[in-house]
Amino acid sequence: MARIVVLGAGVSGHTAATFAKHWLGDKHEVVVVSPNSKWNWIPSNIWVGVGEMKPEDVIFELAPVYKKAGIDFRQAKAVSIHPEGKEGSDRPFVTIEYTDPNKKGQTEEVEYDYLINATGPKLNFAATPGLGPDEGNSLSVCTYQHAAEANNHFQNAIERMKKGEKVKFLIGTGHGMCTCQGAAFEYIFNIEHELREAGVRDKAEIKWISNEQFLGDFGVAGLHIKWGGHIVSSKVLAESLFAERGVDWITGAHVKEVQKGKLQYELLDGTEGEETFDFAMLIPPFSGVGLKAYDKAGNDITDKVFAPNGFMKVDADYTPKPFEEWKASDWPKYYQNPDYANIFAVGIAFAPPHPISKPAKSVNGTPITPAPPRTGMPSGIIGKTVARTVCDVIEGKYSLEEVKEKGHHASMAEMGAACVASTGKSIWNGSAVALTVYPVVPDYDRFPGTGRDPEYTFGEIGLAGHWIKHILHYMFMWKAQLKPGWTLIPE
Amino acid sequence: MADYKDIQKNITPYDDKTYGTMIPGPFQRFLRTCKIWQFIRFIIINLKMLAVVSKSHH
Ligand SMILES: Cc1cc2nc3c(=O)[nH]c(=O)nc-3n(C[C@H](O)[C@H](O)[C@H](O)COP(=O)(O)OP(=O)(O)OC[C@H]3O[C@@H](n4cnc5c(N)ncnc54)[C@H](O)[C@@H]3O)c2cc1C
Repeated sequence: MARIVVLGAGVSGHTAATFAKHWLGDKHEVVVVSPNSKWNWIPSNIWVGVGEMKPEDVIFELAPVYKKAGIDFRQAKAVSIHPEGKEGSDRPFVTIEYTDPNKKGQTEEVEYDYLINATGPKLNFAATPGLGPDEGNSLSVCTYQHAAEANNHFQNAIERMKKGEKVKFLIGTGHGMCTCQGAAFEYIFNIEHELREAGVRDKAEIKWISNEQFLGDFGVAGLHIKWGGHIVSSKVLAESLFAERGVDWITGAHVKEVQKGKLQYELLDGTEGEETFDFAMLIPPFSGVGLKAYDKAGNDITDKVFAPNGFMKVDADYTPKPFEEWKASDWPKYYQNPDYANIFAVGIAFAPPHPISKPAKSVNGTPITPAPPRTGMPSGIIGKTVARTVCDVIEGKYSLEEVKEKGHHASMAEMGAACVASTGKSIWNGSAVALTVYPVVPDYDRFPGTGRDPEYTFGEIGLAGHWIKHILHYMFMWKAQLKPGWTLIPE
Repeated sequence: MADYKDIQKNITPYDDKTYGTMIPGPFQRFLRTCKIWQFIRFIIINLKMLAVVSKSHH
């Protein structure tokens, strides 16, 4: 009997664990280690953040679902990986620390045959002084709890506006190296939509601040779509939407510090500025969750297994090289650790070889470049693909050493993504930007100029996009709860 | 339906942001929430997305 241990029960880890168990049945063991008792459909946190959904609409308890599936769930956080075992045992293991209230603080060694690291991001609020809802002066929608708190402030702001007060909203990224601009984009337009619905739009000043070199970069070097007989850049389309909705913007900004009601930033041209706000929602930068790794003798090999940003090294080409030399083939295909063939990293947990957007530094040398996003669809596909490969190895179809010839692959440079960015939630008045991009990582050799296939890269804004986003919410909540037909719902 | 005069108000002459972009006119805006048209787009967008999804599994 083989044992797969999956660290993290987010989009990627949950997909990997549930499919692995589905394919392997009772002949093999699947263990999931994750610190939260609940699963969260993170994309819908945006709607929690404006009061259009309640936290309980976007979460469910994991334990009953895993029990039904026959998955061994440990509500705990992984602390360290020991890929060579320890004195007296060659069996690799992870050390976990329980967060389960019944066993809180207890530690345990969980042995594995195959390890899938799907620990996602650490929300690194500490990178910017004063950033974040817990110890700082800004709000967040990255977790359902943060989103619920943001909504309390939002409802309060609406009340103030109804009494005639002016309120300034500042929304975007809270550091020069942030990713996930899409989430901030959705939030700013949901705020704008809700304020119009509440009849107080004229009392609000709404401003975007982000580290993108241009509006519409989104950390994927922007994209070009066929539109009205032209090929149009997402810069034009994003600017069009911001101008249409009367939303001002600052781009190329590294937020240096967030104080109560104001923040300081540095721009790419080296100038510094200050913005005041009544309400700020700023996405933090992401890093790895801080797992450590040790060899058999107990020496710290974290630097060998993880990149400096804390994400796990996989089969990518990590040789530093200038933007002009980046290749689609730099991106990992199998997500297998180069030193330990039975360890894989999926979703946000793997270290990308380089950003997707062209790197930029301010004239003072401050890096101001979006880090590469790994949205839900690639995270789900990668999780499922790696689970398939591991199951094939367990079933003896090929060995771990043959994964790179025979394994299933899911390079972000060979994969498309369908994204639906909400710009207002309402069945008849809502809208969303529905777009597809293929491939996610531009391949300038295959598609000179824009790096993407114009047949499969498209986008438009409208009510249909909202319907799709809303239906996807229910579909993915259904799928994640393993309700009838769940395997038929695509990632 | 909003008219062009209303739509123009967010453009400032020689402003490096709003003066260089395009703003959807009344008909475009109407189409974005026209139920019949959006139902047709709903079908088309879903088909396009399914095509991208199927190209992404190897
Ligand atoms: C506000 C917001 C809106 C978004 N909207 C969209 C959208 O509309 N469309 C889209 O495609 N994507 C969207 N995304 C991105 C999407 O949420 C991510 O792509 C996806 O969640 C990544 O999946 P993951 O499994 O890698 O990480 P996560 O989903 O973050 O899961 C990580 C898991 O690891 C667990 N974990 C953390 N530390 C440890 C540890 N030490 N040991 C064990 N487990 C650990 C966590 O508790 C969690 O269960 C959005 C993201 C945000 C923040």
